[in-house]
Order: sequence, then structure tokens, then C-alpha cells
Amino acid sequence: MNFDFSDLTIASAQAAMERGDYTSEALVSALIARIAEKDAEIGAYLTVDEGYALDQARAADAARAEGRQGPLLGIPIGIKDLLNVEGQPCTCASRILEGYASPYDATAVARLRDAGVVFLGRTNMDEFAMGSSTENSAFRVTRNPADTERVPGGSSGGSAAAVAAGEAMATLGTDTGGSIRQPAAFCGCVGLKPTYGRVSRYGLTAFASSLDQIGPMTRTVRDSAILLGAMAGQDPMDSTSLDVPVPDYCAALTTDLTGVRLGLPREYFVDGMDAGVLARINEAVEICRKLGATIVDVSLPHTEYAIAVYYVVATAEASANLARFDGVRYGLRAEGATDPIDMYGKTRAQGFGPEVKRRVILGTYVLSGGYYDAYYLKAQKVRTLIRGDFEKAFEQCDAILTPTTPTPAFKVGENINDPLKMYLNDVFTATANLAGIPALSVPCPVAGSELPVGLQILGPAFGEELVLRVGHAYQSKVEEGN
Amino acid sequence: MRYLTTIGLEVHVQLKTQSKMFCACPTGHGAPPNTLVCPVCLGYPGAMPVMNEEAVHLTVVSGLMIGSHISEFSKFDRKSYFYPDMPKNYQISQFDKPLCEGGSVTITLDGQDKVIGVTRIHLEEDVGKSTHYAKSSGVDFNRAGHPLMEIVSDPDMESPEEAYAYLQALREILLYAGVSDCNLEEGNMRCDVNVSVRPENQTELGTKAELKNLNTQKGVLNSLYYEVSRQTALLERGERVVQETRRWDPDKGITTSMRVKEDAHDYRYFPEPDLLPVVLPREQVEAWRAALPERPRARRTRFVSEYGLPEYDAGVLIASREIADFFETAAGLAGNAKGVSNWIMTEVMRVLGDDACTLSALKLTPESLAELVKLVDSKTINMPGAKAVFEVLVDRGGDPRAIVEEKGLAQVSDTGSIEAFVDQAMQENPQSVEDYRNGKKAAAQFLVGQVMRLSRGKANPQMVGQMIADKLGVE
Ligand SMILES: [Zn+2]
Repeated sequence: MNFDFSDLTIASAQAAMERGDYTSEALVSALIARIAEKDAEIGAYLTVDEGYALDQARAADAARAEGRQGPLLGIPIGIKDLLNVEGQPCTCASRILEGYASPYDATAVARLRDAGVVFLGRTNMDEFAMGSSTENSAFRVTRNPADTERVPGGSSGGSAAAVAAGEAMATLGTDTGGSIRQPAAFCGCVGLKPTYGRVSRYGLTAFASSLDQIGPMTRTVRDSAILLGAMAGQDPMDSTSLDVPVPDYCAALTTDLTGVRLGLPREYFVDGMDAGVLARINEAVEICRKLGATIVDVSLPHTEYAIAVYYVVATAEASANLARFDGVRYGLRAEGATDPIDMYGKTRAQGFGPEVKRRVILGTYVLSGGYYDAYYLKAQKVRTLIRGDFEKAFEQCDAILTPTTPTPAFKVGENINDPLKMYLNDVFTATANLAGIPALSVPCPVAGSELPVGLQILGPAFGEELVLRVGHAYQSKVEEGN
Repeated sequence: MRYLTTIGLEVHVQLKTQSKMFCACPTGHGAPPNTLVCPVCLGYPGAMPVMNEEAVHLTVVSGLMIGSHISEFSKFDRKSYFYPDMPKNYQISQFDKPLCEGGSVTITLDGQDKVIGVTRIHLEEDVGKSTHYAKSSGVDFNRAGHPLMEIVSDPDMESPEEAYAYLQALREILLYAGVSDCNLEEGNMRCDVNVSVRPENQTELGTKAELKNLNTQKGVLNSLYYEVSRQTALLERGERVVQETRRWDPDKGITTSMRVKEDAHDYRYFPEPDLLPVVLPREQVEAWRAALPERPRARRTRFVSEYGLPEYDAGVLIASREIADFFETAAGLAGNAKGVSNWIMTEVMRVLGDDACTLSALKLTPESLAELVKLVDSKTINMPGAKAVFEVLVDRGGDPRAIVEEKGLAQVSDTGSIEAFVDQAMQENPQSVEDYRNGKKAAAQFLVGQVMRLSRGKANPQMVGQMIADKLGVE
């Protein structure tokens, strides 16, 4: 069986398996072979548990033989290495979690398992999801399949690269300030960050609890809709997951945007933006207009504070979330400590990379006595203003279009010594996390050797149906043209 | 120079819930180490807390019992510090929006009532327990995540005795509310004390020390005696008291410095993002208020006025809600509160003390005790017979009347039968008869005893005494 890995989608693979063209076992075997062939160069995966995946595939095939059906039955996906999958490692690309094996499934993982999904392997990432290039992984560099000199983005760089390189048709990522959408844009795939509270965070190793969300990374918007539908919904294990009915996201996908008002926020079209990116986004806006959408100007006046607010809130929460990695109960424990404090110091010094240390120190500082009001409290107030910006904007429009990132993928090593420049990668994406709203990145068509560019579509809270509809209509129109 | 003492207490109380504060693990003592644990209470990556609503309920009930204001909106915060027994290295606690604010506990010392203010009650999670060995240490996380309520008093106590009385009164209230077992020795009630001393002509409070490791009620009292005299001695020598945390050593009977204020933690509190704020609708709080048990002090007053009990007896009976409830049920049925009270104060308390058990472990019921009291009041049985029936009621339970029948314990009040025993006793003990005639009261007691023996305890002792006196013509 020959597979065209560049074209494979969840929907097409499912149809093929339903027709009996091939089995899940054959599909998974072929993907494992593809990973063996490509991944030395790309570095998308940290681990691939062939036996685990093939067992699941055979079980799915057996279930199908007994008459079971479902959009995800027997579909293999890659999983970012900070989501707990029972019995598998979950390193978060950190030395400090080497040797840790998850005793439980994350809720999103368990729901996919119940839907018949096969867990192909664990994808690389920036350590504890802290980074925008996947260069902060303690284990390996991931390269952008569009140009291997360049980074895949981050922190879900492995998940994006796996999809773009045909080493998976879909993966799961997590997004705290753009960690799904930015790598999706850099690698040329689709990435969705759902509304905060849409997908349970239980089992997602927390970076910044009030910002983190799990989301799909896929080739098509439809595939993201399928995965979201399977993962979404309230979870008693996550008090911040909300009791909002889960619609049929695929049913919402149309190719027509008549009556849809799309807002262009002037603060996202700034001087110094990459000319190619700007050109691609302008073309995308034109396509949406042709599909029937009305384009309106909107303003999100507090956008300029988003990065500062994001780095205060995220690091503060991270400093507490990462305190549990202490060598007492699991993972790395440094040798030769004389007392508990010494053990914490040595374990954390050896176990955490420089970016994680930088953020833990920053977060500890902003929460310290005497600084709390000036940093954390103020950041929360500005966060409320940013949320208010979006609420006002959504009175004038149904969804907002922006570039996902100001520039395309940069070169490996280019920004590694300039954290501030690295942080600015999140400038267009972090606002959605601060406001808790859904945001989708859809690849724009690029010519020849041009680097991928992402169109970001933002919607109001729990407006995933509309966001996916706009993304699907745009993607369908673009692919029709090719 | 006289010195004034100021004391405030922080009391930690483990709440009596089925499961832990933020996970489904059962609460409990005595299980093998690290068997009552899960990813949540072990702080595993990705695990998240889910609020135990019963813990919120019990905390609010505690607040209502002492007249706290119940916050309609309260929230949880992360309190960060590194310690091996703390799984996440932050404790989920409440910083600026506790569940309960204000309230008070009244104590009585030397017949004087005094109101001790309560600042706040907040809810948090307990930590694990470290054990140290020669070359290593171990942590048992079974206790980690047990719901823990912290009750912070105002600095209203002015002597170790007042602090002790406050702790007693608070414990009584919490036991009444049924929110905790309040056992200091088992660690489900723990106490930190803040104490300072100042010269009487000084208005601002002296520098305080915080005392830890007070694992018994006596420990609270004795550590305070020691600490007050230590601080007073320092001031008398013109030295300064250092603000510090001190550890009580019950074996040596002294406190020693653990850490000074400069080492104090910066807990870096911030709102817990994994939990939603707690919003308590007024109606919910009012429903809980309506279901509150009577407070122990009110009950003591009522026992005196309603049942005519002495203050002391009322105090003993109300000390346990279970015993007080038992008393009230039995007193209502027997129509003789004092009689029921006497049985409880003597025989029931003796059995509970001997067997170190609670009332519910006995087969005795309020109904059967009431019946027993009625049998005595109607002179159907005498006291020795009643005590025999009581033993049966304690061990196997049953209907007192049936037991009297079965054992043939009914008191003999029929003159003919008694007279036969009296004649026999007088015949067999001529010396005692002689002594009685000569005015020796002890001889009369002896003769009555002989009659009781001959009748196997069934004769009515008053009738026997009267009959002997009549026969001998003694007044
Ligand atoms: Zn647990």
C-alpha cells in the first residue's frame, strides 16, 4: 500500500478504512516507516512506541470488523509530550521528568482513546511549553519541514513539524500564548486554540493554568473540527471546564461566508511587519470578501500591553506550577544532596533548562512581597481591559482576521540569545489566551520557496463553530484555486 | 513591675469528610503509608484540584456556630513554600477572602464569662507527614489533601488559663457541630500560639513569639506558662524579646528557637487559577443556619433551667453532644430528669471510662434507661436490682421489665414474706439485736443487710428497716 502522506487527512483516511482500502494497522505501520525515514532530519518526535500504537490499531480494526464506526476509529495521531498518556513517558522535553511514566490519561487523551484513536508517538516541544522555536527542548532540535534551516516555531513545534512533514496527519498541541498557532503558521498547517474551558486541562502539565488550552493541529480545518468535537465538553476533573453544549462542529462547515462580518484590527497591521506576511493576509481578506463576508475595521486598543501582561501572568503561574518538580516523588533527583533544600537546588539546577529557570525566577519575582500589586495585580487589571477590547470589537463583527505572526519562520539559532525578540513572536497570539477566546491559524497559499504564512481567525468565547466555518471556507477556496 | 500577657491562637482542625479536599481519595488514619493517594494529592504533572463541597459546608457550619459572617464570595489562593511533605510545593489555602470572618467564643473562668474574638476561619489542604531515619527520610502522603480548617483568634487572651479555656470551649463547639473529631493527640486538631508580654504601663503589644508543636491540650498550657515566664524574665533583665518561631519540647518542658523573623517565608500568595471562586447563595447559608445544633453553652443554661440540674451536672452532661442528646431523650421518657442524670453521671460514665468507648458502642438506649428509672421510681425494683438490670442493658440491651421478670428481681414489698426473713435474721443474730436495742445504729444496718441476703436482695430495704424497728420497739 502506498500512501500519499502529504495529502492524508483524518477524513480521507477514515473514508478509505471504511471502504476497506486499508486497515488502521497498515496505516500506522506506514506512518511508523515514514517517521523512521524522515524524522532523523526533522526531529518532530521524542518517542514512538511502535508496539503500543500497533496494538491500538489492531484493536480498532477488530472493533471495525464487529461493526463499530466513528470519525476517529483507527486514526493515528501524535501527542505533544506534556499531555499524560497512561503508561507513557511525559517528559515535557525536560531532563527533570526523565524516567517519569504517567499513571493516568489526560481527559482529552482519554476521550480520544474512547473514540478509537491510535497514539502514534510523543512530539517534541520547548521545555514545559516555554518558547517559540522548540529550541528549548532538552532533547533535540526540531526543523521546519518547509526549510530545515529554520525553526518550526513553538512550543508545539514537534506537533506542527510532524503534520507538515507527513509524519502524522494530525497531532495535539497546547497553546498558552500561541504555542499551537505560531508553529502551525510557521510550518504551514492548521492549528486551533479553543476557548478557555472548552477542552479539559486535566492531564495537561500546567505551564500557565489560566491560559493553557489543548487543541488540534491538522492539515485541514475539517480535521480540527473532528478532533475538537471529540475532546470538547465539561469534565468533572477540571473545575475551569465549562458546561456548554458541544455542537457538531463539522456540520457548521460551509464554503460560503454571506452575512459574516469580519473585523480587521488596526493594531495588528503595524509598521515593520514582514511584507510577504502582509501581502498574504491582504489576499486572504480579499478571498473572504469574495466568499460573501463583510470586512469592517475594528480596534483593540490595549494590544500593545499584551506581551507584558502575558509574561507577568504566565511566569507567575509557572513559578508555582513548576514548584512540584523537586526530586521528592518522581523524575530526576540529583545525587549528593545534604538536606531537602540542597536537593531541591541541585535537582532543579540540573533538571531545568535556562529558559525555564529564567521564567521561574521572573514569576517568583513578580509574586514577591512588595511587588505583587505592581506586577501581578496590575497585569490582571490590564488583562480585563484586553478582554473588554474583544467584547467591544465583537459587537461590530462576528470574527476577527489577523496575521498569526508578524514574520515567517526564523533560522535555527537566530533568536536564541535574544529572549525579548523571541517573546515578540507571541505578539498577535497571546491576546486570545488573555481573553480566553478561540483562535485558529490557517495556512495561506505561498509560491515556490516562500515560507508558510498563517491567517489567524479569532472569535468570541465558545464561537468555535464560526471560527472553523471561516477557516474552512477560506481553506476550501484556496485549495480549489490550486 | 507587673507584666501583661497577650495570647492569640491559630487552631487547625481536620474536617470529618469522607474524601479529601481536592480529590476522591478517602480520608483516614492508620492506613499503610502512601496507600490513600492519587495523582491529584501527590501533585503529579497535569493533575487538578476539584473542590470538596462538604468541606465548605462544614467550615461554614463552624463559622455559623461561633457567629461568623459567612462570605457570599470567597476564593482559594496558592501559598508557596518548599517542603518535602507538601506535594505541589504550594498549599491551596485562602488568603484575603476566607469563608468565614469574625465571630467569637465565650469562655468561663472562676465563674467569670469572657468573650474571645475570632478573626477568621479559612479552608485549606493538609500536608503529608515526614518520618526521619538514620540516613534517610520518608514522606507519607495519606494525610496530604485532608480538608483542614484554620481558626484564627483575636489576641484576646491574657493568661495561659484563658488560652486553655478557649481551646476547650472551641473544641466543645466543633464537636457539637460534628465537623471534626478534634483529637489533639491524633493530630486532627493542631494549635499554634502567638504570645507576647509587656509592662503594664505600655500600651502597644510586646514582641511576640509563635509556639509550635503543641500536640496536647496540656502542652498548650505548659508551653505558655514557660514562655510567659521566659519573656517576663528577659524584660525584667532589661533584654529584648526576639520575634521568632519557637518549638515546644514537652520532655524538657522548654521552648527553643526554630527560626527568627528574618527567615520568615514570603508565601507569594496569588489566586488559585485551577478553582472557581466559591459563591454561597444566601438561601444556602440560611438553610445551613436553620439546621445548626444548639450551642453547648446555651444547652447548659437550658439544662439548669428546664430540668433543674445543678450547674456542675449540666456541664458534665453537655460536654458531649451524644451524651446530652441521650440524656434529653431519656429524661423526657422517664419524667425524672434528675434520676436519669444520676444514672448517666455515675453508672454510664463509669462504663464509658472502663471500656474507653462511646455511648453508641453500648446496647443501652435512652428508652431502656428511662424504663429502668421508672421501675425504680415505682419501687418495682430496689437499687441493687436496678444495677443488675443496668449491667444487662449495657451488655445485651432489651426491655428492663422483661429482665426483671427473667431474673426475678422484682422487689418484695409483701409484709408476710418480709416478716419471715426478719424473724430468721433476728433469731440468727441475737447479739446484733441486743446491740440495736442499746442504741447501736450500725447493728440495725447489719440486720437489714442480713434480711436482704436472705431475700436475695429482693426485699424492700425501707420496709425491712421499719419492721425491725417496730419489732424491737426502737424509734
Ligand atoms: Zn488523592
